[in-house]
Amino acid sequence: MMRRQIPLALCFIFGVFMTIQYFIPHHTIADMQERVLMWLQTLLAFAFLLGTVSLIKLHYHKIRNRADDRGYSFVALTGLVTMMALGFFHPQHNLPGSPFSLMFLNVQVPIEATMFSLLAFYIASAAFRAFRARTLEATLLLVAACIVMLGRVPIGDMIHEGIPQATRWILEVPNLASKRGVMIGVGLGMMATSLKIILGIERAWMGGGD
Amino acid sequence: MVADKGRMSAKRFGTGLVTLLTLTALSLCPAPAAATDGALAEADSLAPVPSLAPPVNVRAVDTDNDRGSQIDVSWEASADVEFGRVEFYRILRSSHPDTGFAAVGRVGFTQTSYVDAGMEDETDYYYRVAAGAGEELSYSPTIGPVVSRPHWFNMGRLNCLVAVIIFVLAIIIFVTWAKGGRDLFIRRLPGLDEVDNAVGRATEMGKPILYITGLSGISDVATIAAINILGEVAKKTAEYNTRLIVPCADPIVMAVEQEVVKEAYAEMGRPDAYNDDDVFYLTRSQFAYVAGVNGIMVRQRPATILYMGMFYAESLVLAETGSSVGAIQIAGTDAVTQLPFFITSCDYTLIGEELYAASAYLSREPILLGGLKGVDAFKFMVGVLLILGVIAATLASSGVIEANFMAPLYATG
Repeated sequence: MMRRQIPLALCFIFGVFMTIQYFIPHHTIADMQERVLMWLQTLLAFAFLLGTVSLIKLHYHKIRNRADDRGYSFVALTGLVTMMALGFFHPQHNLPGSPFSLMFLNVQVPIEATMFSLLAFYIASAAFRAFRARTLEATLLLVAACIVMLGRVPIGDMIHEGIPQATRWILEVPNLASKRGVMIGVGLGMMATSLKIILGIERAWMGGGD
Repeated sequence: MVADKGRMSAKRFGTGLVTLLTLTALSLCPAPAAATDGALAEADSLAPVPSLAPPVNVRAVDTDNDRGSQIDVSWEASADVEFGRVEFYRILRSSHPDTGFAAVGRVGFTQTSYVDAGMEDETDYYYRVAAGAGEELSYSPTIGPVVSRPHWFNMGRLNCLVAVIIFVLAIIIFVTWAKGGRDLFIRRLPGLDEVDNAVGRATEMGKPILYITGLSGISDVATIAAINILGEVAKKTAEYNTRLIVPCADPIVMAVEQEVVKEAYAEMGRPDAYNDDDVFYLTRSQFAYVAGVNGIMVRQRPATILYMGMFYAESLVLAETGSSVGAIQIAGTDAVTQLPFFITSCDYTLIGEELYAASAYLSREPILLGGLKGVDAFKFMVGVLLILGVIAATLASSGVIEANFMAPLYATG
């Protein structure tokens, strides 16, 4: 009983407080809000400990149980331990040229850049799939995409001066209107979800049930 | 006698010549410095002194709708600004009208206002504004007293409060109706209808379901909506005894998701089927997370992948990899910029607000459906207001009605 009532009560109190502080600028309320946000930051710092424990536990179990993909777990744990050791035990680890910094800049950053660069290839494959003119909607999308792509490069203007203008119209009228429609719905949906959570109507985030 | 007259004339001539030579010599010699400076100072005092014109019409008022300890100071530009002589304005404050003025701020010559902060509330203050160029300052008259006060309501957000009250009322009315047993129609959402089939397919194939809640933290409403949907999906996977894998990018989200999945399994009478290692933390780093999830997709070959929540540039990389392993993919996000990618790569996509409706739609709980209808009612009101606004703006632009009649509605705090 208490296991559910206490989180619900806390959610209601802080939810109502954060709502009314938006309308009350008085420093008494503003100071309290800043304090709550500081608590949040403190909680987040502790939460990373939770994450690290989860990560270590998962990969340790995989190695211990001799799972098929335990090689990856070994690499993940080695990386975690190495970076932690370099960070904790090397003085001035965040200075340029330190082993921690070298590992970060020469291992993690290039790997992440590689992952990001994959996006270009995936955009090409997704575009190829999206632009197949099999239906009326897909054909319209194909035509609109061609106009926008041509209007964004100098050759579009060289072909016809109306292409950049058509591009602008597509982006500023139908595209923006539909974006705004989605955004209004999203805003109201967010408000409704927040309200349902604050009032305790929506409880699935606690694991469902009553 | 004649000889005496001649000597007298010669003597006068000599004296006159010496005097003339002396005067000529004196006029050719440099004059003493003190004498020259005195002459120049006398000349300057006679000419008009070109000093800076001070700023005029200085005003200081308590800042509206603030937390307190703030005063808005404004003025009209010094007349010398147009001649390029003013370099800056210095704002001075004192708690006495005549003494103790100290500089509290300095702004460029193009500005004519300054928000002074950090003073005590309910205390009289006096202000002067000086136009400055180099070391030269030209002060305005002292103005005041002015008192800063904290405010208990932000009048600029009154329109927002009215909208929130109407919104809350709409939801409460529909929830009450739903509690009373009134039948509420909700249109079909094919993506959510397909969840059952997707879970069934995974069960038949003996493959897991991958559920991804995006990169946002627990403070993002989209993540909470995704967690709500996760609870419903977990009930189905518990029922069908299908493995559910949930890699997390945020440790707090992970803790909540572990609890949600565990409770869902317990509710379906399968607490033993829950595995803590299936809801785990990967990393906060965006593309490291992508690499980890893509690795799981390629190795585990899930039959179904659900993307629910807030996504950024990783959306397409994830969805295209999922598509390449032949999984059924259902996405739902409120990230407008990522929607086209999901629509292209996934079988079903929940667009924007449908993400927030999903939990009510899947659970079919009357109270949640009531909330959903309340949102629809409010959205209808917003739609009507938008149409009225468009008509009013059109009439205002054509001069039929006053152009700024809706200005109070635009005010924001």
